[in-house]
Order: sequence, then C-alpha cells, then structure tokens
Amino acid sequence: MREIAYEDLVKSVKAMVMHTATHLPEDALKAIQKAYDNEESEVAKSVLKQILDNAQLASKEDRPLCQDTGLAVFFVNVGEDVKVVGGSIRDAINEATEAAYKEGYLRASTCDCFDRHNLKDEVGYNLPAMIHFDIVPGDKIEIEYAAKGGGSENVSRARVLAPAQGKEGIKQFVKDVISEAGPNPCPPIIVGVGIGGTFEIAAKSSKHALFREAGTKNPVPELDAFEQEILEELNKLGIGAMGMGGTQTVMAVHIEKNPCHIASLPVSVNVQCHSSRHSHITL
Amino acid sequence: MAEYKMTTPLTNEDIEKLRIGDIVYLNGTIYTARDAAHKRLVDLIEEGKELPFDLQGSVIYFVGPTPPKPGEPIGSAGPTTSYRMDSYSPILIKHGQKAMIGKGKRNQAVKDACKEYKAVYFGATGGAGALIAQRIKSAEVIAYPELGPEAIRRLEVEDFPVTVVNDSYGGDLYEEGRKKWARD
Repeated sequence: MREIAYEDLVKSVKAMVMHTATHLPEDALKAIQKAYDNEESEVAKSVLKQILDNAQLASKEDRPLCQDTGLAVFFVNVGEDVKVVGGSIRDAINEATEAAYKEGYLRASTCDCFDRHNLKDEVGYNLPAMIHFDIVPGDKIEIEYAAKGGGSENVSRARVLAPAQGKEGIKQFVKDVISEAGPNPCPPIIVGVGIGGTFEIAAKSSKHALFREAGTKNPVPELDAFEQEILEELNKLGIGAMGMGGTQTVMAVHIEKNPCHIASLPVSVNVQCHSSRHSHITL
Repeated sequence: MAEYKMTTPLTNEDIEKLRIGDIVYLNGTIYTARDAAHKRLVDLIEEGKELPFDLQGSVIYFVGPTPPKPGEPIGSAGPTTSYRMDSYSPILIKHGQKAMIGKGKRNQAVKDACKEYKAVYFGATGGAGALIAQRIKSAEVIAYPELGPEAIRRLEVEDFPVTVVNDSYGGDLYEEGRKKWARD
C-alpha cells in the first residue's frame, strides 16, 4: 500500500486552491479569446475585452479574478492501493481550503441556510469544502478542483423528464434554463449537462461535466454531436457577454450521460460563469 | 450610445440624460450594500429612523468584496447579481437613491420605480473584480461591520465604468440587446 503524508496532501491542495483563485486556466482563457474574436456586437466585445484584461491583471498581481471566490468544490478519486498517513483526506482538504482562502485574502462565502450568518468562525473560513469522493483502482489520489461562484449556481436546474421527451426534450430543457438565466450567470458561460442515472447522479454529472477542459471534444461521437447541436441552438438566443446582447453566449456545452431507470429521463443543467476557475493534481 | 463623466451625488438632470447602452464614468462617493444591508436600510426607513448615509442622489453598488491585502483599500470588487435586491430597491429609490450598480435582470417594480422617481440601474462587468477594484481609491466600513463582506462601505471612486441597463424612460438594455442579436 502506497503512503502519502497528510502534510504533503495539505500543502499540494492549498497551493492549487490559492493559484486557481487568481489564475484563469489556459482552456478558459482560450475560450474567452475565441468568443472575443467571433463576437459581432461591439458592446459585447468591449465586455469581453474587460474580462480578458481582468484575467491578465489578476494573474500578474496575484489578485482574485472575482470577488466571489466561490465555494471550494472537489472531485476526489482515491486509489484502492494508497493511504494517507497522519489524518483523513477530508480533513486535509478542508485544512488546505481554509488556509488558502485565509492566506490568499479570498472571501469566506459559506453561511447558514436559514439565518444566513457566515460560518467562518464556527465551521471554518469558507468551510466546509464541497467534496465528492470516489474509489478507483490504482495507487494514486486524483483531485479535481473548482472555485464555484454563486451567480451561476443560482440559475442551475434539474428535472426528471418523461422518456418520450427524448433528446428533443433534453435540448428544450437546456434552452429554457439558459434563456431564463439571461445575463445573471455572467455569460459567456459553459453549460454542464448531466443526463441519466438517478436524480442526484444527473446533478452530480452536470457539475463534473464542467471540470472537462473547454475546447476538448467529448470522446463519445454521439454526445459530441449533441453538444455541438445544443451549443449552436443556445448561441441563437442573442444574450451575449454579460447579457448585453451578442452572438457569444455559451463557450461550450459538456455532457455526461449515465444509464437510467426505464421509467425516467433525469436531466440536470449546471452553469459555469466565464471565470471558469478549475485545476487538478495527481498525487 | 453616449459616454458621460458624472460626479455623485447624482441629480434628476444627470439621470434624464442617460439612455440604455450609455457608458458612464462615475466619480465621487458610492456606497456598497447587499441583501442583508438592504433589509436593514428598509427597516430603518419603515421605523422612521436615520440612515447611516444620505440617500439623496446616492449610488449603491451591490458588491461583497474580498478582504483587502495589507496596504490596499479593497480586494476584488465586481458586482453581484442584483435581483436579490429587487424587493428593497424601489423603497430606497422612492426615498432619494438615484442609481444602483450590479449585474443581471431587475423586476418590473424596480424598472417602474426608475421611471416614476427618475433613477437608473447600471451594469458593471461581473467577474472583472480585479480590474474594477483599480478604480476604487478608498473604502471605509460605515455600518454593520458584523456583516463582513456585506457591511456597508463608503467608496471613493475615480472613473468607475458602468453601462446603463435600465434608464428612467423604461428602457432595458438586456431586452433590447437580446432582441437585436437573437436568431431563430
């Protein structure tokens, strides 16, 4: 059984979380640049220019890209032949998240659902991290991370369709969600679509779909074609950057599909704002 | 689309000039407030009590900044989604507020209040928090420090760039922009 020291895990995750708040990854930068190059509306183009300038300034001066530094979301694949020594993986990720958010001057954004008080003092600074674990073969720990803002989460939706609604029904649902969202989720956006599984698996798949690098093809040809079809449809909405009107509303559509119950067709749409702050490490 | 430089407090004459799509560079004092602070301001108005700042001609920015690094006035400070303030804004506008800065759609009640009392809703670029913060020269918490990022701050700004989304004539840039660029 391979061993990883708790402290090493904390150190690696902390570095990743801090860096992600201030440095937009290459795939997101390229997607925004492409939107800028293709946009026909002058107003939307000037917004995209500001977004690109902001990314440059943030990385140069180590400043948070956005004041909504997000909830810390992790997908963690733990190999069956690896063990963390000196503490639990969950504790390590939470410790790293709190340290990164504090030392990076990032915002503590977790609160109580009912009275809305900030949980930074009783639970921890921007804690708890939102962690999805899976157990996989091998002796590595793979950690995918995203800083997920509230504006784009607020417009995300899930629904269980009737099987007869099929692919057309899925497309219409995605279109309805993005149309209703309009300017609110900070377009140009990336749209994660989780199809199938049970209700919660559809939702989780739609989140995980956002971790895929923008600009990469879906390895399943049928899904790749469906992504392009939905993308084209969504960009006819005319919402544009920050909703000011334009041709570049959605930078990418990412689909993850699972087998589902014979009676159901669950669909979930999770939206990612243009500030697609994500990263991954393998230990 | 016109461009204007304006200094706060804003007047009815300032507001009447503005049409959707116009770009305005704001100078002077603006105040920050989000959901919780809005609720408290509206409660004070309803109780007939004094507000922590003068609403007449005021500009309120919907923002919850990141903590400032040592020696800096403010952290990243882009706009938050505005609809959460929809139930409060008309009351503040009725009592003298002239402009709001945020991102995202407003409801009909806010648009009606802009028309009736001459006010505007400005959009700032969401997710450009580092860039926008450069236009904020000083920041001071003036009320509700216990709200943390949601406390009310007095900001001094220089050429703070905003776009008119809802004007005092019932115009809506989001609706017009979309109509212009939608394809069927």
